[in-house]
Formats: sequence, C-alpha cells, structure tokens
Amino acid sequence: MSTIDVRGLGHTFGDLRVLKDVSLQAPGGTFASIVGPSACGKSTLLRVLAGLLVPDEGTAEVGGVSTVSRPGLVSYMPQKDLLLPWRRVLGNATLGAEVGGIKRAEAKRQAGALMERFGLAGFERAWPSQLSGGMRQRLALLRTFLAPAKTMLLDEPFGALDAITRREMHGWLQSVLGAEQRTVLFITHDVEEALLLSDRVYVMSPRPGRIIADVPVTFPKPRPSGAVLAPEFIRLKAELLGALGG
Amino acid sequence: MRRLGASTRRATIEYLPAGLLLAALIAGWEAWVRIFDTRPYIMPAPSRVWTAFLETRGTLPEHITTTLSEALLGLAIAAAAGVALAAILALTPLVRRVLYPILVVSQTIPMIVLAPLLVIWFGFGMTPKVVVVALFGFFPICVSTAEGLLTADREMTGLVRSMGGGRLASLRYVEIPAALPSFFSGLKIAATYAVLGAVIGEWVGASSGLGIFITRAQTAFRVDRVFVAVAVIAVVSVALFAAVHVAARLTTPWMYVNKENKS
Repeated sequence: MSTIDVRGLGHTFGDLRVLKDVSLQAPGGTFASIVGPSACGKSTLLRVLAGLLVPDEGTAEVGGVSTVSRPGLVSYMPQKDLLLPWRRVLGNATLGAEVGGIKRAEAKRQAGALMERFGLAGFERAWPSQLSGGMRQRLALLRTFLAPAKTMLLDEPFGALDAITRREMHGWLQSVLGAEQRTVLFITHDVEEALLLSDRVYVMSPRPGRIIADVPVTFPKPRPSGAVLAPEFIRLKAELLGALGG
Repeated sequence: MRRLGASTRRATIEYLPAGLLLAALIAGWEAWVRIFDTRPYIMPAPSRVWTAFLETRGTLPEHITTTLSEALLGLAIAAAAGVALAAILALTPLVRRVLYPILVVSQTIPMIVLAPLLVIWFGFGMTPKVVVVALFGFFPICVSTAEGLLTADREMTGLVRSMGGGRLASLRYVEIPAALPSFFSGLKIAATYAVLGAVIGEWVGASSGLGIFITRAQTAFRVDRVFVAVAVIAVVSVALFAAVHVAARLTTPWMYVNKENKS
C-alpha cells in the first residue's frame, strides 16, 4: 500500500495561480478526502498526481516514486465518467487493466468476478449509453478499481448523482473498499460525504488552493448513513464548515 | 421472428411515402407522354423505357459488371489513400497546415475536364476510370476521417494517458474508434458518387460499361435506353450505399443502440 506524499506543490495557469504550497501526507491504506470550494485547484492537484500535469513547483510522490510526468502510478477517475461509447460494459471495465498491461482474458476474468459486487451483473454486453447514471458511475469506479495501480484518485465520483443514489453509493463504496485496504484520495465538495467515507479530511482554501485544515475522522467503519446524526459527527462537520467558511 | 416482423413493418412505414411518391411521378410521366403524344426521342414513356430494359437485358449485365468493378476498385483505393492521408494530417500539424488548403483547392478542378486528360495519361483501359472514381471518393473520405481523428475527446485520450498508455494506446482505444463513424459518413458520400465517377470515366472512351452504353444510345437517338442506364445507375448506387450502411452498422454497432433499444 502506497503512501501519497505531496510537498510544496504550486501551479499557475497563465496569470491564474491555482495551487500554492500544497502539502499532504496520506499513509498507505488511508481513505483521505479533500473538500474545498469550486475551482480551488482540487482537480489540478489530482492531475499532477495522475502524471498528466507538470507542476511549477513542489513534489508529488506515490509510494516514494515521483508522479511528475509518470502516468500509471495511480488509478485516476476523472470527474466525468469518460466511458468509451464504443466499448461494451465489460470492455470499459477492463480498459485500465488492458492499458496497464494485463492480458485481456485475465482482465475480463477479474472484471467478471466483480460485476456482481459493482451492481453490473447481467449488463456485461450492454453499451454505456444504455446504463443509468448510478451504473455509469459504478462502472467508471470498477474500471479505476481494476487498473494495476492500487492507489486510487477519485475526483467527485458522485457529484452528478441524485441524493438517494448518492446515499446508496456511499454504503456500497464502503463495503467494496472494506474488503481490501486501498489508499484513496477522494475529492468532493460535500462535507458530509467526506466525513462519512474518510479516515482523514483535508480542507482546501479558495484559489490559490492550499490545505488549511487537516481533520482525522476516527469513527469505526463501516459507517451507516445514520452516523451523520451522531453529536461527534456534527461537531466535526461544524469544524469543517467553519474552516471552509473562514 | 416477432422482432423481424416488427422491423419489416417499421421499414415499410418508413419507405412507403417515398415509394408512393415515386409511383405517382412515374404514372404522371406515363400519362403526360400519352396525352401529349410526345416523340420517344424527346421523352420516352416509362412503359417504353421498360421495354427497352427488356431488350437490353442480355447486354446490360456485362456493362454493369464493368462499371461496378471500376467503382468498387476506385472506392477501395479512395478509402485506403483517404484514411492514410487523414492519419498523416491528423497526427502532424505541419503537414496539415501545408496540405489541407491544397487539398481543398484540388476539389475545384472539374472532373469533366480531368477525365479526357486521364485517358491520355493512362490509356483506354480500366485505369483512368478507376482513377476518376478514386479522385471523387478520396476527398470526402479523407476530410471526414481527419475531422473524426482530430475531434476525438481530449479527456478520453487523457484518461488513457493517465493509465500509462502512450500515443499508440490512445489511437487504438480512443481516436480510431471515435473516427470510425466519420469515416463511414465519408465512405457513404464516396459510394454515392462512385458509380457516377466510373460512368464519367467511361464517357471519354471505353469498350464496355454503362458510360459507353449511354454514349451509344445517345448517338442512336435511343433516349429510352439512356433512361434505362440512368435507372440502372441509380439502383446500383443505392445498392452500394446500402452496402456501406450495413458495413457501418456492423463495425460501429454502438452508434445504432439508442434508436432501437432505449426503453
């Protein structure tokens, strides 16, 4: 399990300073969330960790290896599901694995075994355009999950879903991840979602983004959706909202 | 069986209005010629065209075979060359800037002017006809395929890159499949012009083919036979178009999902 280690990261697009001195350390096996206002540079940070963007300053490492210009060290799920319309459900699920060098037959076998758990059983031969929003998101997650890189970066995976589907996905994601320890960096602007899923929540400031709070969440997992009503949960939520509002 | 029945019914409903209009036009044409007693070398009646078709049934297949082989061979060359140049244009911005305008200008050269020249260059055999078809088909195939390759979703190629895939993986998983529907749009346009292109090529000089069939009919004032050739060209062109459509359906099945299966 790989530690995510970001130090002094800064980046500017033209005149626009999006990241300023961002540092965070998430030990292996941690589910860490970043919450922050829109356009605070969260996605830019993920793109650096995914090896797609060379930052102006600072370092980003996963498992002790720099991710700068080194895609493939982490499994990245962008904000949009980006399912390929020309591949069936099974083909989309195995994309990351295939590109990552796993043999097609083996990738298909692994995907087939997880279809049930990802709520996609029976849809192996369907096209992405035939899936509901929740199923598309689960398929994108399955693709991320099956890639050879075990560290996952999830950029607002449930952002486009309705509240009820979203709640279902929270329970489901915990059960899926509960089986195996993975390092996850999860981006959201929903404080409750972050608290429900994470071991640790980072708060980012408005642009230029920096980490302004680092809150450990120690409730036992898995957390039912009712956990949001516990006094301690509400206290943490108030603390995070305070940091965001400040 | 039920599905097949339903799709046949749907096809009937879809093409029935066009079929009825065509039948009405032919009936009107027949009536016009009979009422005004128009001379057959000015405008033959459809019934006379039909008789002419029955007369020429023996020789027509040979002419059709010649023209169709020229059309198919030309189309294949157009597709191969069009896709090859599209790939070069899409992958190298410099070549694109240099070649694209020249390519567009080249399309303004009238084929009628070029066809006799091609005969001088390539002789009276099959070659100049195939070249005309290829020149007709090359442009739409090349332009649509290049557009398809260039407009592939940047975020999707980024995703493949984030998985550790290089240029080849991005081409294989994203750009080529994304460009396939555009390629088929170009191929459809090329297919509609292919038979016409072969006929124009034959016009200038040939020993067999629908073009020479028309030239002979014209010099003999057999306008009815000219119309037979026109009808045959239409039928063969539609058949070619339909074949490309079927190929597109088989190669890019995802493009036809929503129209059928969405509940």
